[in-house]
Amino acid sequence: MPGMSLIVRVITGLMSGLLLLYGGYITLHGHLTPGGGFAGGVLIAAALMAVSLAFGSVEQVEKRRYVLSSVLESFGGLWFLILALAGYFVGEFFFRNAGVFFLGRPLELVSGGIIPLANIAIGIKVGAGLFAIFLALGASRFVMKE
Amino acid sequence: MIFYIACVLLFLIGLYVVISKRNLIKIVIGFSLIEYAVNLFFALVGFKKGALPPIINQTEQVRMGVARNFVDPVPQALVLTAIVIGLSTTALMLSLAFRLYERYKTFDISEIRRLKG
Amino acid sequence: MVELYLLLGVMLAAALVASETKNLLAAAVALGMVGFSVAIIFILVQAPDLAIVQIVVEILTVVFFTAVILRTTEIDTTVTGGLKMETSMFIAAFLAFGGLFLSLIIGVLRELPQFGEPLMRVAQEYVQFGLERTGAANVVAAIILDFRGYDTLGEATVLFTAVVGVLTVMRMVSKKKSGGV
Repeated sequence: MPGMSLIVRVITGLMSGLLLLYGGYITLHGHLTPGGGFAGGVLIAAALMAVSLAFGSVEQVEKRRYVLSSVLESFGGLWFLILALAGYFVGEFFFRNAGVFFLGRPLELVSGGIIPLANIAIGIKVGAGLFAIFLALGASRFVMKE
Repeated sequence: MIFYIACVLLFLIGLYVVISKRNLIKIVIGFSLIEYAVNLFFALVGFKKGALPPIINQTEQVRMGVARNFVDPVPQALVLTAIVIGLSTTALMLSLAFRLYERYKTFDISEIRRLKG
Repeated sequence: MVELYLLLGVMLAAALVASETKNLLAAAVALGMVGFSVAIIFILVQAPDLAIVQIVVEILTVVFFTAVILRTTEIDTTVTGGLKMETSMFIAAFLAFGGLFLSLIIGVLRELPQFGEPLMRVAQEYVQFGLERTGAANVVAAIILDFRGYDTLGEATVLFTAVVGVLTVMRMVSKKKSGGV
């Protein structure tokens, strides 16, 4: 089994779930607290990278991850575009928020209309895109060689 | 004023690295330095003395249409997306440098030019 | 403001180290130092959104640099020990250019509003009515995803193009050799 030493693996196993959780939290709360889709997406990508560096992987698994992350990246971009076009189809202008989406009461999680939805789209897009870049650069392959 | 000049100095260091170094990785580092200088300049321009971060969180501030004492949020919004774009363009430059190394076995751009026209 | 001066000094010193060191891994680490100083400055100028993004992006930047450097070489062969004649002449020319650039740009910087007193003509509108029109408490999120959504769509396109570029460049040769990713 390729990968790093036992200490690194145990610590990564403990940390990576929390990192993913924090990335999701930052993405979902982007309209209330500092953060947003960009920061959350990069954090999710960092958590996935930590797992793939510490535990190593075989070529088949890596190929599947690579295909899945490129598909998810396109999916995030498409979702963002559909959100932007929604206002157009309702009969208003491009990127219409108020009147098309549910604004809700301020300072609640379900509020802000397009903003949390677009944050999720951007989070998926950025996370998957950066993870695909990481796999393409082949950083985990170097660890496997050790 | 002195803070703006520090940003310009960082920009000049990055420019120096880009135009004088012959190592491809160093050139990519120079581009990253220039990017940081520009991002930092934007963030410094938006700073306001004694103001709060542009996030509404106290209950008395939730009232509509009041004038709030915030730093300028527009430069922050412009920089926020630019940081992530900078990371992806850096990765693109790095992958190009990696391919060049694989082919010519060197990062030295003068060597690369000499080897194959 | 003392900490701001200190951090700017650390940032400039780390940038000089990154430009002059012989070991490329050390240069990448010095670049990381510049980025983390920038992140702390973002916290000091009341931009927590930027600070979070800058910290995680900086980590990934160093990871990418390390990935490429470990797979290639870590010695910068172009840095030689002694100062050669043409290098020192180039540095002198660049210093002259830098002095001219600084003296010109100081005249421009004088036209800007003083540090700590921004104009905020556009921002006033966003800060006052952002919550009412978008329902988002984070004004920066309201700007990037509602008022200036076109910008973000364009940036998402640039990100997509860069990712596609990396995937294309990294796949090109290995298809011929081993068929790997």
